Amino acid sequence: MRRNLRVVALLLGLTSIALWLALGANRGWTKTTRTEMKKDPITEIDYPVIEKDFSPGVEALGAGLMISAAVAGLSFAFKPKPKN
Amino acid sequence: MTRITVPFLGALAFAAFVSAAPISFDFKDPKGVNNIVFKTDAPLESINGTASGVSGTLSFNPENPGATTGKIVVAAKSLHVGNATMKEHLHGEMWMNVTQFPELTFELVSLKNVKTEAGVTTADATGKFTARGVTKEITTPVKLTYLKDKLKARSGKDGDLLVVRSNFAIKRSDYGINAGKGEDKVSNEIELSLSIAGIAPR
Repeated sequence: MRRNLRVVALLLGLTSIALWLALGANRGWTKTTRTEMKKDPITEIDYPVIEKDFSPGVEALGAGLMISAAVAGLSFAFKPKPKN
Repeated sequence: MTRITVPFLGALAFAAFVSAAPISFDFKDPKGVNNIVFKTDAPLESINGTASGVSGTLSFNPENPGATTGKIVVAAKSLHVGNATMKEHLHGEMWMNVTQFPELTFELVSLKNVKTEAGVTTADATGKFTARGVTKEITTPVKLTYLKDKLKARSGKDGDLLVVRSNFAIKRSDYGINAGKGEDKVSNEIELSLSIAGIAPR
């Protein structure tokens, strides 16, 4: 059990980091939309085009790593298997 | 001779009157490009957002740009930031309170230091800026670009375009926008960048 929990914790931590990296490595807060600026050819006004786009921020990465750490911590509640 | 001269002079006078008359530009742009970009500092990252619900009218005379008057209105509900929770707070009672104060407005009172060259006018615009129900007089640099007969290229109708640009800053404490609170989290100063185009079909 102790070992299993640590493996789960490691997987959770790695998955959190991998997802955060894969979805843009956003070092700000989580965003649910992305704003792209386009230029109107006649007026030359730069205008925003808002698109739905999930980009997890540092708080989402932090939450994933904290859950991972909590699971790893929980593993210490179980006694290691006695060695034969 | 008189039969020819009088109508000709009349037509000339009418043409001169028409060319000197101010043109009313409608800023409810059907193309939806009109926008305000706002930016304020915060510890983790700067908060950048946009507002696109622009309307209003300006009366602009190409022969006398210094006499421009009018009012620009921005729907507070159109204020947008990328973080959903932040947007909820922005629209909420403590910040913009968009339910009670649905509009941000700028009423142009006068233009000073007016310089015009090749259809581009720069000036210092003084007017009444209203946010969250608080009105204050501000002066901001503006650039007005008059695009004669350019509406056709944009929407197929005969007419003119007027592009207005301005960059200025306000203090949220001046307008009671969560005044005096959380300045360690969100800066008191908000930078605004206005880029809007008005249409005047003929």
